Amino acid sequence: MRKTIALSYLSVVLLGPLAMLFWRIWAEGLGKAWTAITEPDTLHAFRLTIEITAIAVPLNTIFGIVVGLAIVRRRFPGKGLVNAFVDLPLALSPVVVGLSLFLLYGRTGWIHLGHVQILFALPAMVLATVFVSVPYVAREVIPTLREVGDEQEQAAHTLGASGWQTFWRITLPSIRWAIIYGVVVTTARCLGEYGAVAVVSGSISGRTETATLRVQNYYENLDQSGAYGVSLVLGLIAIVVLVVMTLLKPKEGTA
Amino acid sequence: MSITVRNVTKRFGTFVALDDVSVDVATGSLTALLGPSGSGKSTLLRIIAGLETPDAGEIILAGEDATSLTPQNRGVGFVFQHYAAFKHMTVRENIGFALKVRKRPRAEISARVDELIELVQLKGFGHRFPAQLSGGQRQRMALARALAAEPKVLLLDEPFGALDARVRAELRAWLRRLHEETHTTTVFVTHDQEEAMEVADSVVVMNDGHVEQVAPPRVLYDEPKNQFVMSFVGQANRFGESWVRPHDLVVTLEPNGSTREVLIDRLVHVGPEVRAELVRDDGERLDLQLSRDEADRLELAAGQIVYVKPTRERVFD
Repeated sequence: MRKTIALSYLSVVLLGPLAMLFWRIWAEGLGKAWTAITEPDTLHAFRLTIEITAIAVPLNTIFGIVVGLAIVRRRFPGKGLVNAFVDLPLALSPVVVGLSLFLLYGRTGWIHLGHVQILFALPAMVLATVFVSVPYVAREVIPTLREVGDEQEQAAHTLGASGWQTFWRITLPSIRWAIIYGVVVTTARCLGEYGAVAVVSGSISGRTETATLRVQNYYENLDQSGAYGVSLVLGLIAIVVLVVMTLLKPKEGTA
Repeated sequence: MSITVRNVTKRFGTFVALDDVSVDVATGSLTALLGPSGSGKSTLLRIIAGLETPDAGEIILAGEDATSLTPQNRGVGFVFQHYAAFKHMTVRENIGFALKVRKRPRAEISARVDELIELVQLKGFGHRFPAQLSGGQRQRMALARALAAEPKVLLLDEPFGALDARVRAELRAWLRRLHEETHTTTVFVTHDQEEAMEVADSVVVMNDGHVEQVAPPRVLYDEPKNQFVMSFVGQANRFGESWVRPHDLVVTLEPNGSTREVLIDRLVHVGPEVRAELVRDDGERLDLQLSRDEADRLELAAGQIVYVKPTRERVFD
């Protein structure tokens, strides 16, 4: 019974719309979708999305590990606040994030870096994406670090390992699955980011348009097959991510 | 390597774990830190290892002040109650860890690991992971790992606490033999007085953040310094103003001057001995322990009235 409810819920909320999307692409003909996908501006949009993701994911992976270690292993004033702030992007709407960045780096904002263009350019888009994807690695790493405990690290110290050796040889391997899982989720979040980036990018085709913005632009210009085509690629990426996460999940317990 | 703990105090918040504790451990000795939970024994061991920092006082290792040294630089081997096995490493990698972080040549590490695997009787288990070992095997691996870099001091925190009785007895005997072979200064924490008496050649009795007495097991049992040691190390009965061990009571069937009348409430046979719970006329309960032959000769049975008198008793102020 419970299984049936869960499955129906998922079908209505998730699978239905996705199936509809695939069906429409099929109905309109794959050729049209393919044309849209291979258009230079679309390819540029995908490249831009990947670039942003390639910068944001490593940054947030390192940040997630560092902040996770600080929260679980250290005592410092304001720890509770830091822990709460890590979750802020989950609570805050991406549009608000985008708007705050817009205000901060805009003409009347506080931060200006000489002639470096921040708004309507890669830096702001990266900042927006980094902001919204902050919590995911940290949220995987923190409970795992707690569960593993610090006895192995203490043992390594008594055996003559330095702090750095202990981190590389003991801490990192024991949380590796949490990190990998966090990286996968962060990547998915970065690839799919729309709201914050939409506000700060200007959404200029061929310049500051990411894959998700491309979908919106196609749609607004009544080019439905274009919107479907790009959505299809994003949907396929989502499925790959889902499969990877499912494969990783059971390993969490044994790591 | 000798260990001197001088006036060490350690607080956790408002809880005083160690209150001005001083202890000397002689080079080559096998010492037990014995006490109930919360007595500060594990904290003391961790402070010696450098895993905790004392709020006051000093740790002197081999005559040198080691108080500010990190665990990494103290040259002590430490064995944890729950093994602290490196789960992602094989038995061989676990044991060789201390040498690996010292960047010793691979051949040397391999030879030393072979030697240690032999010593802890884990031949054939070298390529297993800790999860594939029993508790006793894991603890032997942890011991071998702690011994790999030839520490001058071996510290063990309730090393056999998580193991079942039979394995515990085996490992105790094994630790004793190991110590006789290597003469590494060894300190282990235990709350089990039998374990302390059986394994150690010197016992430090701790209670409530204080050291109550330091003595060889025999002395501790026969000449306890105070009421706490008397009742924590071995059993003890309150007998009016004095204390008496259950086997230091003589039983007679007839009253005789200084004897006390008691009722046998319960009688159990445990191997070669008989244990009885006695109730005095004033309601005070006593434990009695006597040989099976003696109990048979007196034809003792539950519900019977007998008379007891201490043969050896102690008075504390």
